[in-house]
Amino acid sequence: MNWKRATIAAACVVPLIILFGYGLTRDPKDIPSPLPGHEASPFALAVFAPGQPPLNRAPGDTVRLAELKGQVVVLNFWASWCLSCRDEHQILSETAKTYAGKPVHFVGVLYNDEPANGTQWIEQMGGQSYPSVNDPGARTAINYGLYGVPETYFLDVNGRIAYKATGPVNERLIRHVVDSLMAAGAK
Amino acid sequence: MTRLLAAIAFAVIGVVQQPQADSILEARTAEVAAQLRCPVCQGLSIQDSPSELSQQMRAVVKDQLREGKSPDEVKAYFISKYGEWILLEPKAKGFNVLVYALPIVLVLGGLGVIAVAVRKWTRAPDSPA
Repeated sequence: MNWKRATIAAACVVPLIILFGYGLTRDPKDIPSPLPGHEASPFALAVFAPGQPPLNRAPGDTVRLAELKGQVVVLNFWASWCLSCRDEHQILSETAKTYAGKPVHFVGVLYNDEPANGTQWIEQMGGQSYPSVNDPGARTAINYGLYGVPETYFLDVNGRIAYKATGPVNERLIRHVVDSLMAAGAK
Repeated sequence: MTRLLAAIAFAVIGVVQQPQADSILEARTAEVAAQLRCPVCQGLSIQDSPSELSQQMRAVVKDQLREGKSPDEVKAYFISKYGEWILLEPKAKGFNVLVYALPIVLVLGGLGVIAVAVRKWTRAPDSPA
């Protein structure tokens, strides 16, 4: 056996195999966001779906991030054409109810959709406990580095983005992040 | 009369200059948009993608250029929101250097192998002792 040739061939091929192997261990859809730890972009968006008491806001009211300082904010981007949004809707709506009266604010942000479609979708899904706002031109979505829907951003009491969830969220995740942020904010 | 002529001249200049300014802004928008990746596509820039999000991102690029931001400042804005992933051509630093260096290394290596092989094939056969 020609050891010299074998060594050269191995030196060429092994790094490539390692590189490809490393690539296979990564999810190409999982792109890390640079936003967690940074201040959340301010927004002022009009309510189109009021939600239900006691979390409701009147249609046409403007939800401003600046007014929510001192509260944990759960910002959920969704659309009526988004199938995965159906999976998390009930969970988000029910979980938000359990935080009523606490310093936590849930807001739905309609992404690339018509408010009329959003309202109809909420009715079909059996209602939504918290209000949803419209984001014309997806300006807020782009400010939050949105790739698609659903995406949920958890903002701490100081208005910083603490966590970004891509895809449907579950109750355990919401409670874990929100409770941690409330506990950190109370210190 | 002079004032009237001056007013007409300014109006004509304004009408001529506005489309020019628009086309320059369009060209600058296209140049920056061609360097930014469409988040919902495979390997397309926001300039080439017909997706709604890309169109909205192009509108943001245009607005920021119109406000007086430089192309680098506009790109920095998108990097701050999406990370360096948003650039179609990653910056040549850190691990990214591999993307630029590896093809050159492989081409040079291949040329070396070809040179050695050609030399071997064209070498005169050893004369029998």
